Amino acid sequence: MKIVVASGKGGTGKTTVATSLALSLAVDEPGQPVSQAPTYLDCDVEGPNAHLFLAPTFEQRQAVEIRIPRVDEAKCTGCGKCAEVCQYHAIVVLGKRTLVFPQLCHGCGSCTLVCPQGAITEEPHAIGVLEAGPAARSISFARGVLDVGEPMATPAIRQLKRWAIPGDESLVILDAPPGTSCPVVETLRGADYLLLVTEPTPFGLHDLRLAAEVAAELGIPAGVIINRDGIGDAGVDAFCAAAGLPVLMRIPFERAIAEGVAQGRTLVEIRPEYAPRFRTLLQQINMQVDSLSRAKK
Amino acid sequence: MKQLVILSGKGGTGKTSVAAAFAHLAAQGEVPVTAVLADADVDAANLELVLDPRPLERHEFIGGSVAVIDDARCEGCGTCYDVCRFDAVLPPADGREVYAVDPIACEGCAACVYQCPEEAIEMVPQLAGHWFRSESRYGPLFHAALLPAQENSGKLVTLVKQQARLLALDEGQAAVLVDGPPGIGCPVISAISGADLALIVAEPTAAGIHDMERVLEMAAHFRVPALVCINKTDVYPQGADQIESYCREAGIEVTGRIPFDRSVTDAMVRGEPVTAYSPSSPAALALAAAWKIVAAYLGNPPA
Repeated sequence: MKIVVASGKGGTGKTTVATSLALSLAVDEPGQPVSQAPTYLDCDVEGPNAHLFLAPTFEQRQAVEIRIPRVDEAKCTGCGKCAEVCQYHAIVVLGKRTLVFPQLCHGCGSCTLVCPQGAITEEPHAIGVLEAGPAARSISFARGVLDVGEPMATPAIRQLKRWAIPGDESLVILDAPPGTSCPVVETLRGADYLLLVTEPTPFGLHDLRLAAEVAAELGIPAGVIINRDGIGDAGVDAFCAAAGLPVLMRIPFERAIAEGVAQGRTLVEIRPEYAPRFRTLLQQINMQVDSLSRAKK
Repeated sequence: MKQLVILSGKGGTGKTSVAAAFAHLAAQGEVPVTAVLADADVDAANLELVLDPRPLERHEFIGGSVAVIDDARCEGCGTCYDVCRFDAVLPPADGREVYAVDPIACEGCAACVYQCPEEAIEMVPQLAGHWFRSESRYGPLFHAALLPAQENSGKLVTLVKQQARLLALDEGQAAVLVDGPPGIGCPVISAISGADLALIVAEPTAAGIHDMERVLEMAAHFRVPALVCINKTDVYPQGADQIESYCREAGIEVTGRIPFDRSVTDAMVRGEPVTAYSPSSPAALALAAAWKIVAAYLGNPPA
């Protein structure tokens, strides 16, 4: 089961929810030991924060690399075929010189394939790093970190998922970046469920609506957690009712929670009564996914 | 003409609330500055929700292209599958005898197009969203809406900013105020490029401070001078102190300390900037003080 925690709008509490969900599912229920603690992937590679709450010890590291072209000037005739096929203007020919712009290159390899002289080889270009290791309560933690100045978050997320998602059917929680475009879509690919965290304000509603459209576009079942319940207005509730999105949990706005999270404490540390609620939440998610897959058959 | 971009790294720190207040203060406040407004958070554009824009123009935004395989010409050789590095080519399955492209996964690189021996693949441009020119309560506003699950938000950010800049130059406006996206990647790089000044809205939380440091590094990387404004200062005063001492060491001025104030949310519900909805609220007063400093820097950015 792969659950993505996302929001559209930033700062609604994705990481607050995702970390406490992971911690709640990692502890033993009375008489029911957890056979395997969940895997946690921080996919917000531009601003990864979950490590601040789950305190992982990173034991494995791997560079995020894309393969960029390297032109052998001795072989290059300046024919320009590479520049012609590059959709990103990452390789250009000026006279007899062929120049590569690594920040524009998506690493697709098209130039290498078309070069009639075989003058292009590819070399790895690091754009970030993947890190993994055990975190609080034996959670398997992994994250990607994009280098400052590098534009492309998507390859870092794609490689993080390939590197750190276990092959079996175990539980994986993916903490998504904000927004609704490529990095979020990459996080959502192959997910079984989308848990949307929102706040009951006009901004929260506007972006929840967009995120729900992405879920529909990708055919992923979704449910909503309303964070900071009590501020703002009733627009989010009305939207969820109309769109058939179940509201699975409400976390009231409380100064003590805001202060605790600000200090780097998790919701279940601040309010331990949420741990059983998160375990119930997983059951609700399982039921929703099961009933949908039965309906499909 | 000067360009101010409002960023944060972490989402939800209050970029748009600050941008809306500055738009109001620029138009009607004590320190007036004629400004064109641009919402560069095209993934989740919210500035329009508090500026009551009247749309004047609506344009289609064609983002990238995606590969489409012509079933009739595909011989099923699988070359496209072999060359695609984005897992976007789907092998024959479920009764489909030829290869197909998942448009959402397709990166638009066209490698398959050039390698297909049957010339059965073509690139088809995709409608990725719309951009708008509107007249808002506080001046011209350029904004956009990306269609769900679309790529190329950096390109759309560049387009929205370019339009705002052109109008500002045409009409002799003094400034372009850009409400930026969260993060430090492609859309943020597009938002900060060409800016004269970046204002980082930082939240005094563990996550907010971490991300503020990353976005300040990014501003330095692109050589854009930056100021910091602390929002929800009193939620975690030690965090605010941490931001202050970080900025002191880095030689960055902290221009504002906005307290947590429910009138900010109330104003949002009413569809107004907090400085217009409740001018004497603590947050509005702090924003007015911050704007004075920022407006002065717009005339003369810090080194």
